[in-house]
Amino acid sequence: MAGQQRVYRQRIKSTQSLKKIFRAMELIAASRIGKARSRMTAASPYARAITRAVSAVATHADVDHPLTTERPENNRVAVLLVTSDRGMAGAYSASVLREGEKLIAEQLERGKEVVLYVTGRRAVSFYTFRHRELAGRWTGASDSPTAETAQEIANTLLDAFLADTDEGGCGELHVVYTHFVNMVTQTPRVVRMLPLEVVEGVMEPGEEPLPLYEFEPSPEVVLDALLPRYIQSRIYSCLLHAAASELAARQRAMHTATENAEDLIRMYTRLANQARQSEITQEISEIVSGADALAAS
Amino acid sequence: MAHLQVDLVAADRKVWSGEASMVRAPAADGDVGILPGHAPFLATLRAGTVRIVPVSGGEPRRVTIDAGFLSVDFDHVTVVVDAVTEGETPSGLTTPTAG
Repeated sequence: MAGQQRVYRQRIKSTQSLKKIFRAMELIAASRIGKARSRMTAASPYARAITRAVSAVATHADVDHPLTTERPENNRVAVLLVTSDRGMAGAYSASVLREGEKLIAEQLERGKEVVLYVTGRRAVSFYTFRHRELAGRWTGASDSPTAETAQEIANTLLDAFLADTDEGGCGELHVVYTHFVNMVTQTPRVVRMLPLEVVEGVMEPGEEPLPLYEFEPSPEVVLDALLPRYIQSRIYSCLLHAAASELAARQRAMHTATENAEDLIRMYTRLANQARQSEITQEISEIVSGADALAAS
Repeated sequence: MAHLQVDLVAADRKVWSGEASMVRAPAADGDVGILPGHAPFLATLRAGTVRIVPVSGGEPRRVTIDAGFLSVDFDHVTVVVDAVTEGETPSGLTTPTAG
Protein backbone atom coordinates (compact mmCIF):
# COMPACT_ATOMS: atom_id res chain seq x y z
CA MET A 1 0.00 0.00 0.00
CA ALA A 2 2.84 2.38 0.79
CA GLY A 3 4.07 1.77 -2.78
CA GLN A 4 0.80 3.10 -4.14
CA GLN A 5 1.22 6.35 -2.26
CA ARG A 6 4.76 6.80 -3.50
CA VAL A 7 3.71 6.28 -7.11
CA TYR A 8 1.08 9.00 -6.82
CA ARG A 9 3.52 11.42 -5.21
CA GLN A 10 5.98 10.85 -8.03
CA ARG A 11 3.32 11.52 -10.64
CA ILE A 12 2.30 14.74 -8.91
CA LYS A 13 5.90 15.89 -8.91
CA SER A 14 6.50 15.19 -12.58
CA THR A 15 3.20 16.77 -13.58
CA GLN A 16 4.12 19.83 -11.57
CA SER A 17 7.40 20.25 -13.41
CA LEU A 18 5.60 19.75 -16.74
CA LYS A 19 3.12 22.41 -15.71
CA LYS A 20 5.96 24.82 -15.08
CA ILE A 21 7.31 24.17 -18.59
CA PHE A 22 3.88 24.66 -20.16
CA ARG A 23 3.35 27.86 -18.25
CA ALA A 24 6.75 29.19 -19.33
CA MET A 25 6.06 28.39 -22.98
CA GLU A 26 2.68 30.07 -22.77
CA LEU A 27 4.27 33.22 -21.39
CA ILE A 28 7.03 33.20 -23.99
CA ALA A 29 4.52 32.84 -26.82
CA ALA A 30 2.37 35.59 -25.33
CA SER A 31 5.28 37.99 -25.14
CA ARG A 32 6.40 37.24 -28.70
CA ILE A 33 2.95 37.67 -30.19
CA GLY A 34 3.02 41.41 -29.70
CA LYS A 35 6.26 41.66 -31.62
CA ALA A 36 4.97 39.43 -34.41
CA ARG A 37 1.85 41.55 -34.78
CA SER A 38 3.76 44.81 -34.81
CA ARG A 39 6.00 43.36 -37.53
CA MET A 40 2.83 42.62 -39.47
CA THR A 41 1.74 46.25 -39.23
CA ALA A 42 5.25 47.52 -39.95
CA ALA A 43 5.34 45.65 -43.25
CA SER A 44 1.99 46.97 -44.45
CA PRO A 45 3.11 50.42 -45.76
CA TYR A 46 5.51 48.66 -48.12
CA ALA A 47 2.84 46.23 -49.29
CA ARG A 48 0.39 49.09 -49.83
CA ALA A 49 2.89 51.17 -51.80
CA ILE A 50 3.80 48.22 -54.02
CA THR A 51 0.19 47.24 -54.63
CA ARG A 52 -0.67 50.78 -55.58
CA ALA A 53 2.26 51.04 -57.97
CA VAL A 54 1.48 47.69 -59.58
CA SER A 55 -2.12 48.68 -60.20
CA ALA A 56 -0.91 52.03 -61.55
CA VAL A 57 1.21 50.31 -64.17
CA ALA A 58 -1.37 47.67 -64.90
CA THR A 59 -4.18 50.16 -65.49
CA HIS A 60 -1.98 52.46 -67.52
CA ALA A 61 -0.27 50.13 -69.89
CA ASP A 62 -1.55 47.04 -71.60
CA VAL A 63 1.11 44.82 -70.17
CA ASP A 64 1.96 41.29 -71.01
CA HIS A 65 4.42 40.02 -68.47
CA PRO A 66 5.67 36.44 -68.05
CA LEU A 67 4.54 36.52 -64.42
CA THR A 68 0.94 37.29 -65.40
CA THR A 69 0.56 34.88 -68.30
CA GLU A 70 -0.98 31.47 -67.86
CA ARG A 71 1.17 28.55 -68.90
CA PRO A 72 -1.28 25.77 -69.67
CA GLU A 73 1.34 23.68 -71.44
CA ASN A 74 3.33 23.35 -68.22
CA ASN A 75 2.31 20.38 -66.16
CA ARG A 76 4.18 21.21 -62.98
CA VAL A 77 2.71 23.01 -59.99
CA ALA A 78 4.83 24.46 -57.21
CA VAL A 79 3.36 24.36 -53.69
CA LEU A 80 4.82 26.30 -50.78
CA LEU A 81 3.79 25.12 -47.31
CA VAL A 82 4.38 27.46 -44.38
CA THR A 83 4.61 25.59 -41.07
CA SER A 84 6.37 26.02 -37.75
CA ASP A 85 9.79 24.88 -36.63
CA ARG A 86 8.63 23.55 -33.32
CA GLY A 87 5.58 21.68 -32.16
CA MET A 88 3.69 22.45 -28.96
CA ALA A 89 1.31 24.60 -30.96
CA GLY A 90 -1.73 22.36 -31.03
CA ALA A 91 -2.98 21.56 -34.50
CA TYR A 92 -1.19 24.51 -36.12
CA SER A 93 1.26 22.64 -38.35
CA ALA A 94 -1.01 19.64 -38.76
CA SER A 95 -3.82 21.70 -40.22
CA VAL A 96 -1.51 23.42 -42.70
CA LEU A 97 -0.15 20.02 -43.74
CA ARG A 98 -3.68 18.68 -44.08
CA GLU A 99 -4.69 21.60 -46.31
CA GLY A 100 -1.51 21.07 -48.29
CA GLU A 101 -2.21 17.37 -48.77
CA LYS A 102 -5.72 18.21 -49.93
CA LEU A 103 -4.35 20.70 -52.45
CA ILE A 104 -1.74 18.21 -53.66
CA ALA A 105 -4.40 15.54 -54.12
CA GLU A 106 -6.52 17.98 -56.14
CA GLN A 107 -3.60 18.91 -58.35
CA LEU A 108 -2.72 15.27 -58.92
CA GLU A 109 -6.33 14.64 -59.91
CA ARG A 110 -6.04 17.42 -62.48
CA GLY A 111 -3.12 15.49 -63.92
CA LYS A 112 -0.48 17.87 -62.61
CA GLU A 113 2.86 17.10 -61.11
CA VAL A 114 3.51 18.71 -57.72
CA VAL A 115 6.84 20.27 -56.73
CA LEU A 116 7.05 20.87 -52.99
CA TYR A 117 8.68 23.79 -51.22
CA VAL A 118 8.35 23.98 -47.44
CA THR A 119 9.31 26.27 -44.58
CA GLY A 120 9.49 25.02 -41.02
CA ARG A 121 10.98 21.85 -39.58
CA ARG A 122 7.58 20.25 -38.97
CA ALA A 123 6.84 20.06 -42.68
CA VAL A 124 10.39 18.92 -43.44
CA SER A 125 10.14 16.02 -41.00
CA PHE A 126 6.62 15.20 -42.20
CA TYR A 127 7.79 14.78 -45.79
CA THR A 128 11.19 13.24 -45.20
CA PHE A 129 9.52 10.59 -43.03
CA ARG A 130 7.26 9.79 -45.98
CA HIS A 131 10.21 9.80 -48.39
CA ARG A 132 8.70 12.57 -50.48
CA GLU A 133 11.04 14.81 -52.36
CA LEU A 134 11.37 18.47 -51.34
CA ALA A 135 12.52 20.95 -53.95
CA GLY A 136 13.32 23.59 -51.35
CA ARG A 137 13.26 23.98 -47.59
CA TRP A 138 13.78 26.86 -45.21
CA THR A 139 14.00 26.26 -41.48
CA GLY A 140 15.07 28.01 -38.34
CA ALA A 141 13.04 31.19 -38.10
CA SER A 142 9.39 30.32 -38.42
CA ASP A 143 8.33 32.57 -35.54
CA SER A 144 10.33 35.62 -36.61
CA PRO A 145 10.74 35.65 -40.38
CA THR A 146 12.92 38.35 -41.91
CA ALA A 147 12.52 40.21 -45.18
CA GLU A 148 15.71 38.50 -46.34
CA THR A 149 14.21 35.05 -45.90
CA ALA A 150 11.15 36.17 -47.82
CA GLN A 151 13.38 37.48 -50.56
CA GLU A 152 15.26 34.21 -50.76
CA ILE A 153 12.04 32.22 -50.94
CA ALA A 154 10.57 34.58 -53.52
CA ASN A 155 13.70 34.41 -55.68
CA THR A 156 13.75 30.61 -55.60
CA LEU A 157 10.09 30.38 -56.50
CA LEU A 158 10.33 33.01 -59.23
CA ASP A 159 13.29 31.20 -60.73
CA ALA A 160 11.26 28.00 -60.70
CA PHE A 161 8.32 29.76 -62.30
CA LEU A 162 10.32 31.51 -64.99
CA ALA A 163 12.41 28.49 -65.94
CA ASP A 164 11.61 26.63 -69.13
CA THR A 165 9.30 23.66 -68.97
CA ASP A 166 12.02 21.20 -69.88
CA GLU A 167 14.33 22.62 -67.25
CA GLY A 168 11.94 21.91 -64.42
CA GLY A 169 9.94 25.13 -64.58
CA CYS A 170 6.58 25.29 -62.84
CA GLY A 171 3.39 26.61 -64.38
CA GLU A 172 1.64 27.65 -61.18
CA LEU A 173 2.51 28.54 -57.62
CA HIS A 174 0.23 27.91 -54.67
CA VAL A 175 0.96 28.94 -51.12
CA VAL A 176 -0.57 27.26 -48.07
CA TYR A 177 -0.24 29.31 -44.91
CA THR A 178 -2.20 30.22 -41.80
CA HIS A 179 -4.02 33.52 -41.92
CA PHE A 180 -4.02 35.43 -38.65
CA VAL A 181 -7.57 36.70 -38.18
CA ASN A 182 -7.29 37.53 -34.48
CA MET A 183 -5.90 36.03 -31.31
CA VAL A 184 -8.57 33.32 -31.22
CA THR A 185 -9.03 32.53 -34.89
CA GLN A 186 -6.34 31.49 -37.34
CA THR A 187 -7.41 29.79 -40.53
CA PRO A 188 -5.27 27.80 -42.93
CA ARG A 189 -5.48 29.31 -46.40
CA VAL A 190 -4.59 28.26 -49.90
CA VAL A 191 -3.61 31.07 -52.26
CA ARG A 192 -2.72 30.83 -55.91
CA MET A 193 0.08 33.33 -56.22
CA LEU A 194 1.38 32.76 -59.75
CA PRO A 195 0.50 33.48 -62.46
CA LEU A 196 -0.60 36.80 -61.04
CA GLU A 197 -4.06 38.14 -61.53
CA VAL A 198 -3.26 41.82 -61.30
CA VAL A 199 -5.58 44.66 -62.26
CA GLU A 200 -8.94 43.54 -60.88
CA GLY A 201 -8.26 42.19 -57.43
CA VAL A 202 -5.56 44.70 -56.66
CA MET A 203 -7.29 48.05 -56.63
CA GLU A 204 -9.39 48.68 -53.60
CA PRO A 205 -12.93 49.92 -54.16
CA GLY A 206 -13.62 53.53 -53.29
CA GLU A 207 -10.19 54.71 -54.29
CA GLU A 208 -9.93 57.66 -56.61
CA PRO A 209 -8.80 56.81 -60.13
CA LEU A 210 -5.08 56.63 -60.51
CA PRO A 211 -3.35 59.52 -62.25
CA LEU A 212 -1.74 59.16 -65.63
CA TYR A 213 1.82 58.37 -64.72
CA GLU A 214 5.00 59.08 -66.57
CA PHE A 215 7.23 56.08 -66.45
CA GLU A 216 10.94 55.99 -66.36
CA PRO A 217 12.56 54.32 -68.20
CA SER A 218 9.40 52.62 -69.59
CA PRO A 219 6.24 50.93 -68.28
CA GLU A 220 7.65 47.50 -69.16
CA VAL A 221 10.87 48.02 -67.25
CA VAL A 222 9.03 49.44 -64.25
CA LEU A 223 6.67 46.49 -64.20
CA ASP A 224 9.63 44.15 -64.54
CA ALA A 225 11.09 45.66 -61.39
CA LEU A 226 7.78 45.83 -59.55
CA LEU A 227 6.29 42.37 -59.98
CA PRO A 228 9.07 40.36 -58.30
CA ARG A 229 8.90 42.80 -55.39
CA TYR A 230 5.16 42.39 -55.28
CA ILE A 231 5.53 38.61 -55.04
CA GLN A 232 8.17 39.03 -52.38
CA SER A 233 5.98 41.31 -50.36
CA ARG A 234 3.05 38.88 -50.65
CA ILE A 235 5.25 36.00 -49.48
CA TYR A 236 6.64 38.09 -46.65
CA SER A 237 3.16 38.93 -45.49
CA CYS A 238 2.24 35.22 -45.62
CA LEU A 239 5.26 34.42 -43.45
CA LEU A 240 4.37 37.15 -40.97
CA HIS A 241 0.77 35.97 -40.75
CA ALA A 242 2.01 32.43 -40.23
CA ALA A 243 4.41 33.52 -37.48
CA ALA A 244 1.70 35.39 -35.57
CA SER A 245 -0.67 32.45 -36.01
CA GLU A 246 1.95 30.02 -34.78
CA LEU A 247 2.54 32.00 -31.61
CA ALA A 248 -1.18 32.45 -30.98
CA ALA A 249 -1.78 28.73 -31.51
CA ARG A 250 1.11 27.89 -29.20
CA GLN A 251 -0.10 30.21 -26.50
CA ARG A 252 -3.56 28.68 -26.60
CA ALA A 253 -2.26 25.10 -26.69
CA MET A 254 0.07 25.74 -23.77
CA HIS A 255 -2.69 27.40 -21.79
CA THR A 256 -4.86 24.31 -22.23
CA ALA A 257 -1.92 22.08 -21.33
CA THR A 258 -1.33 24.04 -18.12
CA GLU A 259 -4.98 23.64 -17.16
CA ASN A 260 -4.90 19.94 -17.92
CA ALA A 261 -1.78 19.55 -15.78
CA GLU A 262 -3.59 21.28 -12.93
CA ASP A 263 -6.50 18.88 -13.31
CA LEU A 264 -4.15 15.91 -13.22
CA ILE A 265 -2.38 17.22 -10.13
CA ARG A 266 -5.70 17.62 -8.36
CA MET A 267 -6.75 14.11 -9.28
CA TYR A 268 -3.47 12.55 -8.20
CA THR A 269 -3.53 14.46 -4.93
CA ARG A 270 -6.96 13.02 -4.16
CA LEU A 271 -5.83 9.52 -5.04
CA ALA A 272 -2.71 9.93 -2.93
CA ASN A 273 -4.78 11.13 0.02
CA GLN A 274 -7.10 8.18 -0.40
CA ALA A 275 -4.15 5.81 -0.48
CA ARG A 276 -2.69 7.37 2.65
CA GLN A 277 -6.02 7.17 4.45
CA SER A 278 -6.58 3.55 3.56
CA GLU A 279 -3.05 2.76 4.68
CA ILE A 280 -3.70 4.37 8.06
CA THR A 281 -7.01 2.53 8.37
CA GLN A 282 -5.31 -0.72 7.60
CA GLU A 283 -2.55 -0.06 10.13
CA ILE A 284 -5.09 0.75 12.84
CA SER A 285 -7.09 -2.36 12.16
CA GLU A 286 -3.89 -4.40 12.24
CA ILE A 287 -2.89 -2.90 15.60
CA VAL A 288 -6.37 -3.36 17.05
CA SER A 289 -6.60 -6.94 15.90
CA GLY A 290 -3.10 -7.55 17.22
CA ALA A 291 -4.06 -6.10 20.60
CA ASP A 292 -7.25 -8.17 20.61
CA ALA A 293 -5.26 -11.28 19.91
CA LEU A 294 -2.85 -10.48 22.81
CA ALA A 295 -5.74 -9.76 25.17
CA ALA A 296 -7.47 -13.01 24.24
CA SER A 297 -4.44 -15.16 24.94
CA MET B 1 3.63 76.92 -51.28
CA ALA B 2 2.61 73.31 -51.27
CA HIS B 3 4.93 70.75 -49.78
CA LEU B 4 5.72 67.22 -50.67
CA GLN B 5 4.37 64.48 -48.44
CA VAL B 6 7.16 61.92 -48.40
CA ASP B 7 7.08 58.30 -47.28
CA LEU B 8 10.27 56.30 -47.36
CA VAL B 9 9.47 52.63 -46.78
CA ALA B 10 11.61 49.50 -46.66
CA ALA B 11 10.33 45.95 -46.89
CA ASP B 12 9.90 45.54 -43.16
CA ARG B 13 9.32 49.05 -41.84
CA LYS B 14 8.59 52.66 -42.56
CA VAL B 15 11.93 54.47 -42.51
CA TRP B 16 10.90 58.08 -42.71
CA SER B 17 7.75 60.02 -43.26
CA GLY B 18 7.09 63.71 -43.25
CA GLU B 19 6.93 66.90 -45.27
CA ALA B 20 9.71 67.90 -47.56
CA SER B 21 10.43 70.65 -50.03
CA MET B 22 12.55 68.52 -52.32
CA VAL B 23 13.46 64.90 -52.93
CA ARG B 24 16.36 63.74 -55.03
CA ALA B 25 16.64 60.09 -56.02
CA PRO B 26 18.83 57.99 -58.33
CA ALA B 27 16.40 56.91 -61.05
CA ALA B 28 17.41 54.28 -63.57
CA ASP B 29 18.45 56.75 -66.24
CA GLY B 30 19.94 59.41 -64.02
CA ASP B 31 19.17 61.32 -60.86
CA VAL B 32 15.79 63.01 -60.61
CA GLY B 33 14.80 65.88 -58.40
CA ILE B 34 11.17 66.16 -57.35
CA LEU B 35 9.68 69.51 -56.38
CA PRO B 36 6.09 70.26 -55.35
CA GLY B 37 3.73 70.20 -58.33
CA HIS B 38 5.58 67.46 -60.18
CA ALA B 39 3.60 65.42 -62.72
CA PRO B 40 2.62 61.87 -61.70
CA PHE B 41 5.74 59.85 -62.07
CA LEU B 42 6.85 56.27 -61.52
CA ALA B 43 10.47 55.28 -61.84
CA THR B 44 12.77 52.46 -60.88
CA LEU B 45 15.75 53.35 -58.77
CA ARG B 46 19.29 52.09 -58.94
CA ALA B 47 21.75 51.94 -56.07
CA GLY B 48 22.66 55.36 -54.75
CA THR B 49 21.70 58.03 -52.30
CA VAL B 50 18.24 59.46 -51.73
CA ARG B 51 18.31 63.01 -50.46
CA ILE B 52 15.29 64.53 -48.75
CA VAL B 53 15.15 68.22 -47.82
CA PRO B 54 12.69 68.52 -44.95
CA VAL B 55 10.32 71.49 -44.77
CA SER B 56 11.30 72.14 -41.18
CA GLY B 57 14.69 73.24 -42.42
CA GLY B 58 17.93 71.85 -41.22
CA GLU B 59 20.27 69.48 -42.90
CA PRO B 60 18.91 67.34 -45.72
CA ARG B 61 18.48 63.72 -44.85
CA ARG B 62 20.51 61.29 -46.90
CA VAL B 63 19.97 57.55 -47.04
CA THR B 64 21.82 55.00 -49.11
CA ILE B 65 19.63 52.50 -50.92
CA ASP B 66 20.39 49.51 -53.10
CA ALA B 67 17.34 49.34 -55.36
CA GLY B 68 13.69 50.20 -55.38
CA PHE B 69 11.23 52.52 -57.00
CA LEU B 70 9.77 55.96 -56.61
CA SER B 71 6.24 57.14 -57.22
CA VAL B 72 4.95 60.69 -57.25
CA ASP B 73 1.29 61.45 -57.33
CA PHE B 74 -0.15 64.85 -56.47
CA ASP B 75 2.70 65.88 -54.21
CA HIS B 76 2.71 62.55 -52.48
CA VAL B 77 6.09 60.92 -52.92
CA THR B 78 6.63 57.30 -52.02
CA VAL B 79 10.13 55.90 -52.10
CA VAL B 80 10.07 52.13 -51.82
CA VAL B 81 13.40 50.44 -51.27
CA ASP B 82 14.63 46.91 -50.68
CA ALA B 83 17.30 47.71 -48.16
CA VAL B 84 18.35 50.99 -46.70
CA THR B 85 21.37 52.16 -44.76
CA GLU B 86 21.34 55.50 -43.08
CA GLY B 87 24.09 57.57 -44.61
CA GLU B 88 25.36 60.87 -43.33
CA THR B 89 22.29 61.52 -41.26
CA PRO B 90 22.86 64.66 -39.21
CA SER B 91 22.42 63.99 -35.55
CA GLY B 92 20.10 66.96 -35.07
CA LEU B 93 17.38 65.50 -37.29
CA THR B 94 15.17 63.06 -35.46
CA THR B 95 13.04 60.55 -37.25
CA PRO B 96 9.34 61.30 -36.91
CA THR B 97 7.50 58.27 -35.62
CA ALA B 98 5.80 56.26 -38.32
CA GLY B 99 2.12 57.03 -38.39
